[in-house]
Amino acid sequence: MRNPQLNANGELTHLLSIQGLPRDVLIHILDTASSFLKVSDRNVKKVPLLRGKSVFNVFFENSTRTRTTFEIAAKRLSADVINLDVTRSSTAKGETLLDTVDNLVAMHADMFVVRHAASGAPHLIADHLRRLGRNDVHVVNAGDGRHAHPTQGLLDMYTIRHYKKDFDQLVVAVVGDILHSRVARSDLHALTTLGAAEVRAVGPQTLLPTAMETMGVRVCHDLRAGLRDCDVIIMLRLQNERMNGALLPSAREYFACYGLTPAMLALAKPDAIVMHPGPMNRGVEIDSDVADGPQAVILPQVTFGIAVRMAVMGILAGN
Amino acid sequence: MHSQNLHIRNGRLIDPAGGLDQQIDLFVADGRIAAIGQPPAGFSADRQIDASGLIVCPGLVDLSARLGGIESELKAAVAGGVTSLACPPDTKPPLDEAGLVERLVRRSETLGLARVYPIGALTQELAGQKLAEMNGLARAGCIAFSQAKHPIIDTQLLLRAMQYAATFDYAVRLRPQDHFLAREGVAHDGEVASRLGLTGIPVSAETVAIATALHLAGETGVRLHLSRLSSGAGVDLIRTARQSGVLVTCDVSIHHLHLSETDIGYFDSNSRFDPPLRSAADREALRTAASDGLAAICSDHTPLDADGKQLPFAEALPGASGLELLLPLTLLWATQAKLPLIGALARITSDPASILGIAAGSLSIGSAADVCIFDADEAWHVTPEALRSQGKNTPFLGRDVNGRVRMTLVGGRIVFEG
Repeated sequence: MRNPQLNANGELTHLLSIQGLPRDVLIHILDTASSFLKVSDRNVKKVPLLRGKSVFNVFFENSTRTRTTFEIAAKRLSADVINLDVTRSSTAKGETLLDTVDNLVAMHADMFVVRHAASGAPHLIADHLRRLGRNDVHVVNAGDGRHAHPTQGLLDMYTIRHYKKDFDQLVVAVVGDILHSRVARSDLHALTTLGAAEVRAVGPQTLLPTAMETMGVRVCHDLRAGLRDCDVIIMLRLQNERMNGALLPSAREYFACYGLTPAMLALAKPDAIVMHPGPMNRGVEIDSDVADGPQAVILPQVTFGIAVRMAVMGILAGN
Repeated sequence: MHSQNLHIRNGRLIDPAGGLDQQIDLFVADGRIAAIGQPPAGFSADRQIDASGLIVCPGLVDLSARLGGIESELKAAVAGGVTSLACPPDTKPPLDEAGLVERLVRRSETLGLARVYPIGALTQELAGQKLAEMNGLARAGCIAFSQAKHPIIDTQLLLRAMQYAATFDYAVRLRPQDHFLAREGVAHDGEVASRLGLTGIPVSAETVAIATALHLAGETGVRLHLSRLSSGAGVDLIRTARQSGVLVTCDVSIHHLHLSETDIGYFDSNSRFDPPLRSAADREALRTAASDGLAAICSDHTPLDADGKQLPFAEALPGASGLELLLPLTLLWATQAKLPLIGALARITSDPASILGIAAGSLSIGSAADVCIFDADEAWHVTPEALRSQGKNTPFLGRDVNGRVRMTLVGGRIVFEG
């Protein structure tokens, strides 16, 4: 089965998931992002790569932050950006996902940036476009259910590469609610593809998916063991609805067992960096002293995120 | 269409119930199997059927087929060689009233295609709260009672339902799945679901429900049939129970003999099944259960329109169109498992007939002439157009399969010729 993200020449035609993407495709995106990072520092923050193209941000699930970063990225590439809050319009009137897509294709969309609550929704759209013969329309997954958030995964890799050297020397811990996290899945696939020396998944059994070992990671239930001698710590957001007693007894107990405090951080290597996809729950998964401390690179992640999204859209538009 | 006197010549006759597998002629008169080998006295054939190079076997008996549009699906059934099928009660509205059952029976008799055996609802509206009028439903034609895919969460009510069914010696069929453990799940809780971010259904959802059902069946003495097993651990529980003398039967769907979680690929909604496709090891255990006769095979035919599948995986409806693939996929399994045809065909003829307690699935002299004549080697391409069912939903679309039905008889009448 061919990876639906790649065309017959092995070039990226959609970005749906990190899983199945070859290492050189990931590296190419990161290198391209590097060159775009400078654009954001210029007086005129624009390049004409997507001039005349229409990028539709189609968000079936609310997210102001992610949508904004995609919008900025597309505008810096000179694209026309149309934001659709589909949660409040067509689907509320009973229109199906693919009906919505057909309508937007009829409006000459060149690229869809899609967020959806159901895992696999961007795959469904990409498959639909393939059946329509519209290979010129590209899909970027901006987060689908628990499945993937590939641009977040890529910006995390960009951040790691910026602060650290070779992936094959790195021990990386991903800590928290991996079960419900699309960010974690994208990070884990990216890290194993890029050849990280050791990837650890840290959390209680209730927040870890089954058969994690098959994803090439080491499972740790103990935070101390998980953090020991780490180079990179990726903390995950714990959503409020997980704390209702079914998966965890309380936020307080979670923080006591899995919260990243200065004392816990001290178990990692002295130059370890701390990442978080945001928005943070201070005092739940991360202590403010760590979040605001010198090892945190959480705000640079956001800056790199724009460049990475520019790179992804630029590469897709060229393929 | 009348029943004719038929002389079916030179076919390879396979009758698992009678242990017969040889090239021999078959004679049909007055809608019944009149003779094998030599014609009965005074027989004159209205039609000679040349079955050279073909297999002549009992019409297939399907333990579970949903009908949707009844005429199209019964046409699909006979095109697939299926002459008797049990219809689960999750119709709209559900089969919880005698009138509804009578109407279904009458309608299917009028069509005169495959024979339809309704399974009645075990509880009113399948809601799992109040017992359905099983006695009235049985009089109307129900041959067993089930909840289809709906749970009975209240185990005391499940015990009562079994006690009541056992009172009248009605068979109870359950699809074993614990409601809570399966909650919101859409795929096997394993490697693929973890990777794709799909909510998993653990194997324990099946084993816990099987254990509960076996205990209650043991206590009540009800005739229990467990439908559509999905796991090796589930098979083991039933095997052990049978060895200790519990009268329980079970089946697997033909899809679960061929597919596993990896067939979900990149969210292929045609591979969304209920129960879910599990690991390759589970599939092997199901194959073993089918080959050693522990489990019968059903199509679990679930015709859906395209809208039901063109959705993100978790929102898509589960199930596949199966009536026309039951025979080819059983033949494929037999070839792969190196099973003699007679054994494989038993799983879709005599075994399900005996589970349902119906006089079908046999070519013995005097039995109703429900016959399937097929070419085991003829290949065909599975396309939406090739399927007569309104449900074009199958993960086998685009595949080539062997085994084409040439003629189907129901009560001696030719109901399909292809």
